[in-house]
Amino acid sequence: MAWIFIEEVSGAPAVVGLEILSKTRTEGATTVLYFGKGSDAAFATLGEFGATDVFHLVPSDGSTGTAAAAAAISDLVAQHQPDAILFGQTYTDRDVAGRLSTRLDRTMISNGIDVSLDGSVGVTTEIFGGSQLVTTMFEGPGPHLVLIRPKSFPAESAGGGAPTVTTVPMPDAGHAGSARVTGSFVEKTEGPKLEEAAVIVAGGRGLGSVEGFELVERLAAPLKAATGATRAIVDAGWVPYSKQVGQTGKTVKPDVYIACGLSGAMQHLVGMKDSKMIIAINKDEEAPIFAVADLGIVGDVHQVLPKLIEALENR
Amino acid sequence: MKIAVCVKQIPDPASPYQLDPATYNLVRPTEQVLDDTDRYGVEVGLQIAGETEGTVTLVSMGPSGNLNGIRQALAMGADGAILIDDEALKGSDSLTTAKILAAAMAPESFDIVIAGTESTDGYSGVVPQQIAELLGVPALTYAKKIDVEGSTVRINRQTATGYDTIEAPTPVLVSVTAGVVEPRYPTFKGIMDAKKKPVETKTAADLGITVTVNQRIALVVPAPSRSGGQVVIDDGTGHEKIIAMLEQAKVI
Ligand SMILES: Cc1cc2nc3c(=O)[nH]c(=O)nc-3n(C[C@H](O)[C@H](O)[C@H](O)COP(=O)(O)OP(=O)(O)OC[C@H]3O[C@@H](n4cnc5c(N)ncnc54)[C@H](O)[C@@H]3O)c2cc1C
Ligand SMILES: Cc1cc2nc3c(=O)[nH]c(=O)nc-3n(C[C@H](O)[C@H](O)[C@H](O)COP(=O)(O)OP(=O)(O)OC[C@H]3O[C@@H](n4cnc5c(N)ncnc54)[C@H](O)[C@@H]3O)c2cc1C
Repeated sequence: MAWIFIEEVSGAPAVVGLEILSKTRTEGATTVLYFGKGSDAAFATLGEFGATDVFHLVPSDGSTGTAAAAAAISDLVAQHQPDAILFGQTYTDRDVAGRLSTRLDRTMISNGIDVSLDGSVGVTTEIFGGSQLVTTMFEGPGPHLVLIRPKSFPAESAGGGAPTVTTVPMPDAGHAGSARVTGSFVEKTEGPKLEEAAVIVAGGRGLGSVEGFELVERLAAPLKAATGATRAIVDAGWVPYSKQVGQTGKTVKPDVYIACGLSGAMQHLVGMKDSKMIIAINKDEEAPIFAVADLGIVGDVHQVLPKLIEALENR
Repeated sequence: MKIAVCVKQIPDPASPYQLDPATYNLVRPTEQVLDDTDRYGVEVGLQIAGETEGTVTLVSMGPSGNLNGIRQALAMGADGAILIDDEALKGSDSLTTAKILAAAMAPESFDIVIAGTESTDGYSGVVPQQIAELLGVPALTYAKKIDVEGSTVRINRQTATGYDTIEAPTPVLVSVTAGVVEPRYPTFKGIMDAKKKPVETKTAADLGITVTVNQRIALVVPAPSRSGGQVVIDDGTGHEKIIAMLEQAKVI
């Protein structure tokens, strides 16, 4: 028996949670720990993706709720003894999972891209920029705690009905639970979402400057593409973090990923190397991005991109 | 404020990483560097210490090697370091790491414990939260901006769509993202001073922690690689090749 922890994001179950549930329901794991305000619509979505039972954890007003959630889950674990609990490799999930692993005194495996639940629990992870696959088996008593990277499995509706929802009391976590949320800011983004777009045009430091990123935006427009970025140019302040692709940003799998002036560092590759087609433009023939590219153009983005944009705009 | 910064020495990311074929542990050479991620934590610590007449103590678990990485952080201005180096800790998991670091810090009653959000070499990304739970303190995680006012610490917490403002009273743990501040470069004086700063070394037994391992790497195999693509030098017609590919992918 395995449970899936799912955080509520903007009033709905986090997509990564639905991805994990789509996978685990085929192995009979259909119990969800749902962390957030909750609503009939949210529970219906969980049911649609295969959840049959939901333990609902509601953060108290103004609290981040993560310490209390870990305490509540450890109480549930004592009652029901699940074999495994799966989380997404996301911010809030990590906050809850880390505390839970301490409370339960259980090891955890991070960055999973696949998991097997039959018999002993095993997790597949990628290392060295995805060039090697590691299979790790848990030993000793459960529950075994696993963090799964987004986009590891497709989220597919199972057409299920409403689940049984049980509201779980949230214990007082004392000083550890004293972090409070005082405000919430959402960056404005235009155009298709990175995680959903069929085409992504991404840029890196090779664009030269924040003005250089306009080339990426101009190329994206006729392709109806989302724009992405490396951490180097996010840190440099050219674009907001919400555009970052990679290990500490978003994981994407579009039909086409066009990499402009980015080197293809290990931490960038893990976020995009599973794109169906990769096209790269880089002036350095040795750039690692070419190793994963279906088409690599060794050239200057300031030469290639304007011509490409013009040709597309004239079609 | 009495501040601890968790810092890790790692093999230089510029040289290819290797696993020991017998243990599957990452090979850690004598010469290691300060994890770039942790330079941000050190800088945040130094800035808060500067504003509050505080101190910054580095806490690190791992093979000391020639201490190059720790000296880098001391040269930035940290006051001293506690190092836990023990053969028995080789290959330890994130929870063991957190237990060791928390046990080393607990007697010192730090007001603020700072960590990176994830390391460059292991990137399990949960050690800070595990430490917070062990120390019984709130965790302000994924900070992209930090303010300290009296005994309240406020941060902008990175979210997938923007940020939340969150706050907690000390003692508190803060995990910082890269880019939160601009880390300073060590000065010549800093580098000279670093050689004289106190570095205390402990073992797991000193901290009363026994190491348990509950996970076993069963298999490491090369990932299926993408079928080799075509790399061409732009002769002024590179854009036409891209268009042909886009047509093939049926996105135009
Ligand atoms: C813990 C950790 C997590 C990280 N997470 C991420 C992450 O999530 N996402 C991420 O992207 N990075 C991440 N990084 C950073 C990563 O290691 C790289 O530093 C970063 O991806 C490099 O960005 P870049 O390709 O834009 O820059 P560079 O590596 O500097 O590459 C620039 C490229 O542009 C090329 N170029 C220069 N001029 C031109 C021109 N005129 N025309 C064409 N090409 C040109 C150069 O040849 C070079 O290949 C992380 C690092 C760490 C340590
Ligand atoms: C490729 C690879 C994959 C791994 N996967 C797993 C896994 O899935 N599960 C698991 O339990 N272990 C895993 N490990 C082992 C894990 O990396 C070590 O336990 C490590 O000591 C701590 O974890 P981290 O570096 O991943 O920490 P993170 O949680 O990624 O580090 C965040 C911050 O915590 C602090 N910190 C972390 N380690 C130390 C330290 N030794 N000294 C001082 N401060 C520190 C730093 O401030 C750091 O920025 C893996 C190791 C490797 C090389």
